[in-house]
Amino acid sequence: MYDTTYYRASSVSDATSKLAGTEDGKFLGGGQTLIPTMKQRLAAPSDLVDVSGIDALKNISVEGDTVTIGAACTHAQVAGSSEVAEAIPALASLANGIGDPAVRARGTIGGSIANNDPAADYPAGCLGLGATIVTDAREIPADEFFVGMFETALDEGEMVTAVKFPKATKAGYAKFPNPASRYAMVGVLAAQTANGVRVAVTGAGNDGVFRHAALEEALGANWSADATQGVSTDEGDMLADIHGSAEYRAHLVGVMAGRAVDNS
Amino acid sequence: MTKVSMTVNGKARSVEVPDNTLLVDYIRENLRLTGTHVGCDTSQCGACVVHVDGQAVKSCTMLAAAAEGAEVTTIEGVAASKDDLHPMQVAFKENHGLQCGFCTPGMIMAATDMVSRYKAAGKTLDEPAIREELEGNICRCTGYHNIVKAIADGASKMA
Repeated sequence: MYDTTYYRASSVSDATSKLAGTEDGKFLGGGQTLIPTMKQRLAAPSDLVDVSGIDALKNISVEGDTVTIGAACTHAQVAGSSEVAEAIPALASLANGIGDPAVRARGTIGGSIANNDPAADYPAGCLGLGATIVTDAREIPADEFFVGMFETALDEGEMVTAVKFPKATKAGYAKFPNPASRYAMVGVLAAQTANGVRVAVTGAGNDGVFRHAALEEALGANWSADATQGVSTDEGDMLADIHGSAEYRAHLVGVMAGRAVDNS
Repeated sequence: MTKVSMTVNGKARSVEVPDNTLLVDYIRENLRLTGTHVGCDTSQCGACVVHVDGQAVKSCTMLAAAAEGAEVTTIEGVAASKDDLHPMQVAFKENHGLQCGFCTPGMIMAATDMVSRYKAAGKTLDEPAIREELEGNICRCTGYHNIVKAIADGASKMA
């Protein structure tokens, strides 16, 4: 790992002002992606502003039909929250399937979505449930937040502070994990929301997480695993790597969508 | 360089280290507690698992500076005294839960963590649960069978 300068932020304003004064600094959440990336020398931030210790970002609250999760909440915290389990069980189950227990003890929701790994689980959770990403400056709908592979609508120095999830009428998540990394080879979140059926797919798209219009239409007409059969996914939009071809992933999208409905 | 202070196995420790020092290197190189191992160094294998403020984490994927002020427990600190073994260590010994032993410190730390988490949540740590919980710990010798048996046995001995 290249040299870096570590700073532990005490508040959101402390973190953003500290980062603004650095040459090429980055916010550090639980570090479960950033630290390995730095160890491989694929990233070399001049400064790390650790936001994982900011108490105000560690709360989970439910008000009316909205579940708000602070950016520094760990996956273990979300997976183990009785409030989340009651309000949006699919979200608790999604969090419980990320990585392994030790990774879940450190990794945070804010870090996951700010990184927008094309195979991460939370982007599908946010997009599928129609969440709103809260930053230090504004609120961004998930539909606008996830721009492309490892790319988000966040401005330079802008920091995720929370994610607001509307309760869904029904929602389910299913993923086919890579057996070694536990990242999604294909993960699908399907939800019946106040604004209709939403289906988000992670792990498969060659431009990161995406909504699947054909599956939304099919499930909007008939909410059942059967309805996902025969809905095709364009192979040209799929990732292909040593773990699975585009054709394989396109097929898995339909299978996982069916399982997501069964899990709802 | 930053002075990083934490409590390790009940002892207050304080060392000035470069900011990019990993927790596992702080533990092994600075404190000379070499029971915590580095296997893959890519967050996969779990040989480096230690407890930070009561939670099992991969110490190769955390900066020492991020553990400032924390209570850290390593394999050297699990037993009641130097002459004792922790019930989970006894269970691994009795069930032949190790061959080369390289992964064992991480296995023990993950095991005691899962036992206490399941107990706190009122959940049953049965065999499928133990296998699922061992997702982040890799053993290249045993085929896991005796590790799973050892953890079930150790869990009953910890009760």
